[in-house]
Amino acid sequence: MLTGARGEGGVTVLKGARERWVPTGGVELCVAELGDPERPTVLLVHGYPDSKEVWSKVAVRLAEDFHVVLYDVRGHGRSSAPKPLRGGFTLEKLTDDFLAVADAVSPGRPVHLVGHDWGSVQAWEFVTVKRTEGRIASFTSMSGPSLDHFGHWIQQRVKRPTPRRIGQLLGQGAKSWYVYLLHTPVLPELAWRGPLGKRWPRLLSRLENVPAGNYPTPSLPSDAAHGAWLYRDNVRPRLRRPRADAYAHAPVQLITPLGDAFLSERLYDELELWVPQLTRRTIPAKHWVPRTRPDQLALWIGEFVTSVEGGRPEPKAAGRHSDRFAGQLVLVTGAGSGIGRATAYAFAEAGARVIAVDRDGEAAARTAELSRLVGATDAWAEVVDVSDDQAMEKLAARVATEHGVVDVLVNNAGIGLAGTFLDTTSEDWRKVLDVNLWGVIHGCRLFGRQMANRGQGGHIVNIASAAAFQPSRVLPAYSTSKAAVLMLSECLRAELADQGIGVSAICPGLVNTNITSTARFAGVDAEEEARRQKKSARLYGMRNYPPEKVAEAILRAIVNDDAVVPVTPEARGAHVLSRFAPGVLRRLARVKSPV
Amino acid sequence: MATALTSERTAELEGFRRVQRLAYECAEAVAARLEPGVTERQAARMQREWLAARGVRDWFHMPFAWFGDRTAFVNFRVPLQFFPTSRRLEPGMPFILDMAPVFEGFTSDIGYSGSLGANPVQHKLMDDLRAHRELILREVRERRSLREIYEDVDRLMVRQGYANRHRAYPFGVIAHKVDRVRARRFSPRLFGFGTQSLKGLAADALHGHREGWSPLWSPYRFSDHPPRPGLWAVEPHLGFRGTGAKFEEILVVTDSRDPEESAFWLDDDLPHVRRWAEVTC
Repeated sequence: MLTGARGEGGVTVLKGARERWVPTGGVELCVAELGDPERPTVLLVHGYPDSKEVWSKVAVRLAEDFHVVLYDVRGHGRSSAPKPLRGGFTLEKLTDDFLAVADAVSPGRPVHLVGHDWGSVQAWEFVTVKRTEGRIASFTSMSGPSLDHFGHWIQQRVKRPTPRRIGQLLGQGAKSWYVYLLHTPVLPELAWRGPLGKRWPRLLSRLENVPAGNYPTPSLPSDAAHGAWLYRDNVRPRLRRPRADAYAHAPVQLITPLGDAFLSERLYDELELWVPQLTRRTIPAKHWVPRTRPDQLALWIGEFVTSVEGGRPEPKAAGRHSDRFAGQLVLVTGAGSGIGRATAYAFAEAGARVIAVDRDGEAAARTAELSRLVGATDAWAEVVDVSDDQAMEKLAARVATEHGVVDVLVNNAGIGLAGTFLDTTSEDWRKVLDVNLWGVIHGCRLFGRQMANRGQGGHIVNIASAAAFQPSRVLPAYSTSKAAVLMLSECLRAELADQGIGVSAICPGLVNTNITSTARFAGVDAEEEARRQKKSARLYGMRNYPPEKVAEAILRAIVNDDAVVPVTPEARGAHVLSRFAPGVLRRLARVKSPV
Repeated sequence: MATALTSERTAELEGFRRVQRLAYECAEAVAARLEPGVTERQAARMQREWLAARGVRDWFHMPFAWFGDRTAFVNFRVPLQFFPTSRRLEPGMPFILDMAPVFEGFTSDIGYSGSLGANPVQHKLMDDLRAHRELILREVRERRSLREIYEDVDRLMVRQGYANRHRAYPFGVIAHKVDRVRARRFSPRLFGFGTQSLKGLAADALHGHREGWSPLWSPYRFSDHPPRPGLWAVEPHLGFRGTGAKFEEILVVTDSRDPEESAFWLDDDLPHVRRWAEVTC
């Protein structure tokens, strides 16, 4: 006999899902299945205030490769609520629910758990208690810590306070404001069933950038009202007396949204103590990642599940920032040499998928080959001249159909041109602007459009130069083109900020690459040009600033979402002077070239 | 007279070849004994003891051993960092053994790269060193200036996608001259280098300075001269993302007009050359 009533309202937004009802502990859970039941089962658990529909975007992507199962947590969506509500939402009961669902959809085979928000909090309980051992193959957690780990985290900071620890405590304490409110009686229910429930969709789209549509479902007010008991039944007892044996018995992948308004990154600092096999991922997004970043989540969940199913081979890429760039699609122009090539390698080491674009096919192929060798999930070479708009359009279309939307675009391709303004012909000008400026414009235009249309963020890096703010009589055309790139990046950054797409301009300075030996020297004959190329190559060789360091700066700029990054000490110096003592730079600009 | 000279030279080269072979045998023997947990110092001592047991009493330099990212000289700033450390070998790690024993008055200087188990990056680097061995010989036979050859090697490395790591050696040398050393009962060492050999090098440097050449093959102006007849220990060293690989062996340069005779590798039966031959087959 059912004691609870079936939850009210809300048509499912999961197309093609097979639904069933699973009775457990006096309630009936609404369970939806997608994909081939023979495949490994991925079980998605939603948070608060949500219903299983929060996963709709992720679920359909995963359903291509896996048996995807979602259920409405008791009291949410179309599952019935326990009676009485008080005491009906304890983690023990939620664990019973999970086991009932797992047994119904995947008897005899462990499932891969994925939890968001309270779904993750519950799932931490599932993955750390004894009775579920052997039922969970892996767990992907996002935006929901284990209450036991959280309890220990707080206790540690209270017992042995240091200024930093107190800061962390206060920081998380401020982010948890809603938890205190939810502990007041009746008021939260009234708010959710009244004005807050009505305004919630608009708040979500404005504050959390959750795209509007058929989410949240109409069941929201009752979900949120019932769900308040998740907090009231569990938070205080668990934080006061956290379990001492909350060790995970399955591999865990932790996905941390860096812009989460409710949870501090610091919460997971000591997680390795509790999880022997932890894979960390970070994503620049706000709390509701299942709605805002479904592609990335589906990719990471898919990769993790596949690696666990395959016996968890050693990860190929353990490089710096692999938590951020693993599996991401990165396109680098001018990747056949110098900074572009070093950047491709750096992304490869972080486990990205790399597209190396260069007009020299052999060099691009070489970059792709070596990228695969150092850890790229995959790498391809493309032969394109960035100044050719038609070729770039074809490239953009081909990349979109074959590999998808790029997550990171690095507009690096550039050529050098030295010589005074009066020596520079209009043909010289055209050439340098075509590559250095138009190449960047084409890249930003085509791939930036794709990123914006997808609406799941991304990052564009444009390689400008220290010459963008350091005037000189030696490089007028080159400096002009790079100054344009710098301003273009700043404008684009402003324009794309709303869509979560970052734009960074990198100003390297004197870096030891082959740009010197291919540079054009205006106003001199071929022989003199060759001599100057050689001389400047030696000069840059003597300076010997490696392109690898610029590549590192590029990855760091993306992770920190920096706007303008001067790299070498001389570039940093010039950048400071350009702001505080531009007169000095003007004086320097008059110095005649040593080459 | 000519035949007497030739036979004397042949015998001399045979002496150099013998010690170079001995050194490579040592490298292979020690490499076969490397296992996880062995430190660089232990590996260096293994080389020293192996050679000492076979009669080596003097050194151009003491054996070096580099493991892991030290094979690519990551963050090397002062020469002291070349000396073996307590870094331990782990499975899959690349390593380089570099030794320069003097045997019966003949000097050798060799470099042997390998990895403990499979390391695809290290294998790739070894494959790609082949082009450098061919390029250096070709350009020396063309009597190009050493500085230019250095820059061509540099360019080839860049095209291959690697970094030039011999730049980290003292004076950034890709090669240096070696010569016969008089066997002395007492041959102290200075910072790991045999004083007898250093003396020879210093004498060469002095002569060279007067005549416009240098026993050090570097990217600098003092190497802007055609190859000087003699024996050169050539050591191109590739680096790629924390993995390095090199070979080092002796290139014989003569004043012969015949290009084939004007420069040749002392010995073509060395581990890395055999490896390339196998790959081709």
